[in-house]
Amino acid sequence: MGSRQRMSTDSSTSLSRDDVAHLARLSRLAVTDEELDLFAGQLGVVLGAVARVQDAPTADVPPTTHAVPLTNVYRPDVVTPSLTREQALAGAPAAEDDRFRVPRILQEEA
Amino acid sequence: MSTDRLLEFDDVVARYEPVFGLETHVELGTASKMFCGCATTFGAEPNTHTCPVCLALPGALPVANAAAIEATIRIGLALGCRIATWCRFARKNYFYPDIPKGFQTSQYDEPLCTAGHLDVEVDGETYRVEIERVHLEEDTGKNLHVGGATGRIHGADHSLVDFNRAGIPLVEIVTRPVPGVGAKAPEVARAYVAELREILLALGVSEVRMEQGNLRCDVNTSLAPTGSLEWGTRTETKNVNSLRSVERSVRYEMRRQAALLDDGVRILQETRHFHEDTGSTSAGRSKEEATDYRYFPEPDLVPMAPDADWVAQLQADLPELPAARRARLREEWGISDTEMAWLVNAGALGLVTDTVAAGADPADARKWWLGELSRRAKDAGTELTDLAVTPAQVAELTALVAAGTVNDQLARQVLDGVLAGEGSPQQVVDSRGLAVMGDSDELGAAVDAAIAGAPDVVEKVRGGKTAALGALVGAVMKETRGKADAATVRRMLEERVLG
Repeated sequence: MGSRQRMSTDSSTSLSRDDVAHLARLSRLAVTDEELDLFAGQLGVVLGAVARVQDAPTADVPPTTHAVPLTNVYRPDVVTPSLTREQALAGAPAAEDDRFRVPRILQEEA
Repeated sequence: MSTDRLLEFDDVVARYEPVFGLETHVELGTASKMFCGCATTFGAEPNTHTCPVCLALPGALPVANAAAIEATIRIGLALGCRIATWCRFARKNYFYPDIPKGFQTSQYDEPLCTAGHLDVEVDGETYRVEIERVHLEEDTGKNLHVGGATGRIHGADHSLVDFNRAGIPLVEIVTRPVPGVGAKAPEVARAYVAELREILLALGVSEVRMEQGNLRCDVNTSLAPTGSLEWGTRTETKNVNSLRSVERSVRYEMRRQAALLDDGVRILQETRHFHEDTGSTSAGRSKEEATDYRYFPEPDLVPMAPDADWVAQLQADLPELPAARRARLREEWGISDTEMAWLVNAGALGLVTDTVAAGADPADARKWWLGELSRRAKDAGTELTDLAVTPAQVAELTALVAAGTVNDQLARQVLDGVLAGEGSPQQVVDSRGLAVMGDSDELGAAVDAAIAGAPDVVEKVRGGKTAALGALVGAVMKETRGKADAATVRRMLEERVLG
């Protein structure tokens, strides 16, 4: 029950409609007003579940980046064969002039 | 196109204090990309240098390029930075078609290099620019906007993307804000980028061709009333891609912001675009709605932990850096700071160094490259380095002058021949018959002809007006089309008129 208590008091584990609207915009997802309420509730539950990790006693555990304790995994600066253009463009929804064709970009200037 | 009201620059600096800062992106000159083995060759056919990693196909995993990490550390060392003993890559998340993964692999709160500095000189004054960080990331693909009238994004119908550039290692060098420079701010900003470029060239880590986008600057500028304890709101001018543009963009923003502040208008923290043709900036995306990049550590790459001994070795192996080199050459050639600045600004330092190395006297080498050759380059609209004459040929030319084979006027004709591809200076002298005429029969005949052709002048000279001899010298020089040595002609004339 302790964890449920935490969920309801810790603001980082609840999501507002504005939070969801912000995430939707970042993800380029069109979300309706009704969906904002729906997803805010659903995502809040997911976050709450994940937040239980915070109950683990980690005071003397250093942060871990990676499951495998490795550093400095590099490759030599050597050129290896690329895909052919046909292969590269094979998965493109649309192509034109040997390039990937994308819908017009409105948000920013190049 | 710009309707910005601008304050005169002198009025700006009389009442306002600028602060500038620079973020410089440098494409490294590695053979392969940052996280995959695709070639980095500039100008290849579109989408011929891609693979599952740089196209972000499912299941692809990146592996960092060792040479790029080494180059970044060397840049940091050259800028006097601290090198991280442990750091990670991070994902910078945003949507844009030129970034196939939906994030750029970059570094966030753990850059490879921090806390350095670069001293730059402007008009004999040294200014210290503090370096906040140097980090490693990857370049994006290239968008081509189709359907708009000007190839710009506005009005474009759709865009086409070439991913050849996506994933090329990119180093970002970020300065701390530079206050207290006043009216010199535009020039110091330019000098900083120029000096940084020299360092990158000396290190051999990038070709730093600004016209090819190897080096791109974002320029932050803010203004506050003189004496104010707080800095003003800054604007960030994106993609400023030449040294001249760096200077112009700071100057323009200072003048624009001052006019607004004079009117009591608040400066918006925003991204602005620089227009090469007009030297002006225009508003882009407002930072108030800045993208939320949601950085987090890159789980597909393990941390970097540069070994201390290796870093010490890289430090020991750094080449002589440009400032030290200039100081040494100033000493060796016995020239002033100002004379050195001329050489650097003319892009002639390397050429003069090579010419001296080929045996020329430093003063002669400087004279030719800053004088006649600079004029030729200017007339031809090219850079000094693009002239069809090598430092060795210039050295040979100075040797011919020193030996008296040609005089300065003939030497310029020799240069014509060399630039026209007629061979070495000696070959041009031989083929064009440009050697100075000595005390020969041919010259003697020309001298006699001049005496015979101007009896009145001869009378004056004989009557004591020796200055009139100059007219006879001129006649001989004209007759021999400059090939005679003036001193020899004068001596021969004196002998024959007065002797």
